Amino acid sequence: MQFALLIYHSPEEFSRRKNDYNDPHLGVWRAYYKALVEAGVYVGADALEVPETGTTVRVKEGKRHVQDGPYADTKEQLAGFIILELPSADAALEWAARCPGASIGAVEVRPLAPEAKRRGFTG
Amino acid sequence: MKGVNQEDTHRAIERVARESYGRLVAYLSVHTHDLAAAEDALSDALLAALTVWPGSGVPQSPEAWLLTTARHSLIDAVRHQRVVSASEPTLQLLKGSSMETTFSTEFPDERLKLLFVCAHSAIDPRVHTPLMLQTVLGLDAARIAGAFLISPKTMGQRLVRAKTKIRDGGIQFEIPDQPDLPPRLDAVLEAIYAAFGIGWDDMVGVDQRGRDLAEEAIWLARVLLQLMPNEAEVCGLLALMLHCEARRGARRGRDDRYVPLSEQDPKLWSPSLIEEAERYLAEASKYGGPGRFQLEAAIQSVHAERGRSGRIEWTAIVRFYEQLNRISPTIGRRTGYAAALAEANGPERGLAVLDAIDQDAVSAYQPYWAVRAHLLQLLGKGPEAQHAYDRAIGLAEDPAVRQFLLQKRG
Repeated sequence: MQFALLIYHSPEEFSRRKNDYNDPHLGVWRAYYKALVEAGVYVGADALEVPETGTTVRVKEGKRHVQDGPYADTKEQLAGFIILELPSADAALEWAARCPGASIGAVEVRPLAPEAKRRGFTG
Repeated sequence: MKGVNQEDTHRAIERVARESYGRLVAYLSVHTHDLAAAEDALSDALLAALTVWPGSGVPQSPEAWLLTTARHSLIDAVRHQRVVSASEPTLQLLKGSSMETTFSTEFPDERLKLLFVCAHSAIDPRVHTPLMLQTVLGLDAARIAGAFLISPKTMGQRLVRAKTKIRDGGIQFEIPDQPDLPPRLDAVLEAIYAAFGIGWDDMVGVDQRGRDLAEEAIWLARVLLQLMPNEAEVCGLLALMLHCEARRGARRGRDDRYVPLSEQDPKLWSPSLIEEAERYLAEASKYGGPGRFQLEAAIQSVHAERGRSGRIEWTAIVRFYEQLNRISPTIGRRTGYAAALAEANGPERGLAVLDAIDQDAVSAYQPYWAVRAHLLQLLGKGPEAQHAYDRAIGLAEDPAVRQFLLQKRG
């Protein structure tokens, strides 16, 4: 089964990440990544730019609506995601708890929809 | 009972709920095998106490009051579902002495049977501990789910499934006889220890995975000891947990820094808990063994000895680990053995023990990597040590442990 770990950061965390690229915290993330790869559960991952760089697009009744900023108007914002291949949801929660994002913000664990994979519309 | 204020009443209810919850659930379910119904009836009774007691005062025997009220609630529940034919024992129980105990404080303590039911081999082992916490201590499912890192919905489902199996699956509420007793008691002890959650207390940079249920686990062990005062392993388990608990205040330094056991200041350990632990450990040896928990408690006792002698007798710890590994060589024990052996006979010896462990089994096991990193560093194997530190950091859950390891890695 594949699971997405959706990592949410506070504004403070985003600004810290942006300003201090040699933050020792990055070492923690690199270590986590290594642990995932060497445990054989890593499928893919990426980090997102700060939420202010986002643009939200909607098309309603043929009209385009474009809005600056992220889709969700919440304090904590999506900062990145990790896709893991794991035997169970319990294991996914274990890895979420180890994720450095869990102790500085929040990590949502969401299974990937199996239908989407079977139909192959993701490519 | 005049002058009893609201706050006192609430506190009284809380106290009775905490102290009597398991006794009441056990007694209410011992014949019906219906834990869910017993819990529902008891929560009805506790709710009734919240409305009645502030006016009438706390009854002479709060426990008996709750029991009577819960029984009435059970009878009501059965009446409401007449269509569903109640089981014979249920009817017997309800027809029987339902009013007799109204003012009596005496009813048998059936918690031991309940503990054995919770850890029964027919029940999913993952729910043994949650079932105990819920039925014996009255902890709510959300708190249990958090402690075990399981979604509250999943935890709820597992608990319901287990209770249905207990009710319908012919699982007996009984205290097992020989020769079944030792393995069944083991399961009970394991379940209590799983609530404690801290098994790793003697190494550098090891994630402790505290479950925030240490007090509850100790409470359960005390209940068990009260019910089985002559079992070596029950004493052993209690001694082990008390030794670990004694160090709670010493585990974190300034700025919430992680402090490994060997660097803790013994002055911060609790002398009274250590003394109590030592008493139970001595008691245990009178009844037999040494079993698994006695040995683990003995290891902790050697560490505690540093408070007096200023040094750690690593060779004694190595011996205890050797005995533990003869009982069953889990990855945790082999890792602990490696760490102790390295201290006693040099890091090469420890590393050789680690090398012999199957790599697949440790791919997500943090303590192995923390110990490995430490030993490689002692041997001057820089790049290999760095790699192992990364694994240990990446697998750690506690930010303080991560920081500690990051600093050691350099």
